[in-house]
Amino acid sequence: MSLTVFAMTGATLVGLGVYGLLARVHMLRRIMAFNLIGSGLFLFFGAAGARGAALDPIPQALIITGIVVALAASALAVGLVVALARSSGTACLPDEAGDT
Amino acid sequence: MTALISGLVLPLLAALAAIALPARARLPVALLGVGLTLAASIWLAISVWTNGAITVSLGGWQPPIGIALRADGLGAALGVMTALVMAAVALAARHEMEPLVAGPRTSFGFWPLMLLLWAALNAVFVSRDLFNLYVGLELITLTAVALVAISGKAEAIAAALRYLLFALAGSLLYLAGVVLSYAAHGTLDISLLAARTAVPGDALALGLMTAGLLVKTALFPFHVWLPPAHSAAPAPASAMLSALVPKASLLILLRLWFEAMPELATPVALFTLAGLGALAVIWGGVLALLQARLKLIVAYSTVAQLGYIFLVFPLAGGDGAAQPWAAGAWTGAMFQMLGHGLAKAAMFLAAGIYIAAVGSDRLSDVRGLARALPMTGFAFALASITLLGLPPSAGFTAKYLLMTGAFASGQWAWAFVLVGGGLLAAAYLYRPLTAIFAREIAVTPRPIPWGWQAVPLVLAMLSVALGLLSSVPFDFLQIGRPDQAAEGL
Repeated sequence: MSLTVFAMTGATLVGLGVYGLLARVHMLRRIMAFNLIGSGLFLFFGAAGARGAALDPIPQALIITGIVVALAASALAVGLVVALARSSGTACLPDEAGDT
Repeated sequence: MTALISGLVLPLLAALAAIALPARARLPVALLGVGLTLAASIWLAISVWTNGAITVSLGGWQPPIGIALRADGLGAALGVMTALVMAAVALAARHEMEPLVAGPRTSFGFWPLMLLLWAALNAVFVSRDLFNLYVGLELITLTAVALVAISGKAEAIAAALRYLLFALAGSLLYLAGVVLSYAAHGTLDISLLAARTAVPGDALALGLMTAGLLVKTALFPFHVWLPPAHSAAPAPASAMLSALVPKASLLILLRLWFEAMPELATPVALFTLAGLGALAVIWGGVLALLQARLKLIVAYSTVAQLGYIFLVFPLAGGDGAAQPWAAGAWTGAMFQMLGHGLAKAAMFLAAGIYIAAVGSDRLSDVRGLARALPMTGFAFALASITLLGLPPSAGFTAKYLLMTGAFASGQWAWAFVLVGGGLLAAAYLYRPLTAIFAREIAVTPRPIPWGWQAVPLVLAMLSVALGLLSSVPFDFLQIGRPDQAAEGL
């Protein structure tokens, strides 16, 4: 039962993230959307690994690796957004400037 | 085994050393790392040639608990191609990335990023574990995006951010497929997945992974990030991005479809993949015709040239019975990957020489430069021969094998793509070639050292030599070849 809740929450997070990615043009919001999708996938992955009688350790190890990768990607993305905002005065991509 | 591990460890160590050591020691250490990794890649290829495919279980743990690395003919061949391109890039970057020319910040960042990218590429070429491949892909993305943005110019940062958006979306799609696949089968190893009991969710998992990898390979219609990113990067970085980076995601795609889940290849799926490839050949070619800058022409030509490789999906195995050798079309696509890598790197490095010589890569500014810089002009022309697919280049071998596959299997419609793409390439390469070989010089160039001019020429000659001496690489690519490559999907 609780595993279904985890998996459904993960799926919901992925859905929210995809919406944010498509509907928002502000780059910081998009980076947050990427992190939401990633977290949703990891939650789903964890729930999938806890289904059997014995706990499967592999998803845990992979989720930790995935979180590190997501952190590195987010750090690079935020750095680029700051550089973009400094050079162009906006945190949106050039041809998408509109309301945030 | 030592060669395989060295190819992964040496560039990582050299990258760390190039960050940590004082400024004077950075360039020698980076070049030492390049030399050693080049040697390791060639050593790996020689041991694969003599002993067959090499498999390593990391830490002595067997899959599904552990991670397997395996160097087959294709992985080792891509490793050698990467090593040759990287060595050439390093020799050109020695001039282009000098602190006085490129600025201290760009010069500092280039060498570690280049070596990290190399380590990540080598990791993808030999990994057999879907999650390990994900980490490798992400490392490639992060270093490639940083290389696009390295100049710090506003347009480069915008191009890098757009690239990062597409690449992260691709990574997450791929990761979603990996998670679903693990949830269904409890393994991430490609060989174990091939022996799994199929479940209905497999098609969704493979579809998600494929979609993510297509975004990263910049297949039409996901190509929009590629030309601005590749033309905004400094020329040595563009050479790596265009020649090497798309090959990594493409290799994973081939491993998934030909090795892990070949039974999911329905005619519709194969037609879709090859159809998108055909559209990429045409659309990339048409857009390349419209560009006024050398680097943009070369970047759009990458979109077109990658499209050919997707014809392998319906054509593989098409001539298994008709030819004395098996898997002709599959090998043709591999020749396209290798030949395009060498030729495209040569073109971008030649464009870098023109930018250094006259300060611009506009076609109006590079007019007549073949008179002042004959070796660079010759290199660009030789690389064009490979992209056009004229004999005796690697591009010709690739198209010949693909076309034989198309006729032998009765799918002759794909041959029109090969011929039409060749005509389009002739059209879009005609403009830069007539400009470079024009009689009058538009801008008097600054002198370029002889050793720098020779670098793209050697790469372009290698891309032709690959076609001239095609029998050895042909046999090499058959080592550890998946059965599906000969039998067809």
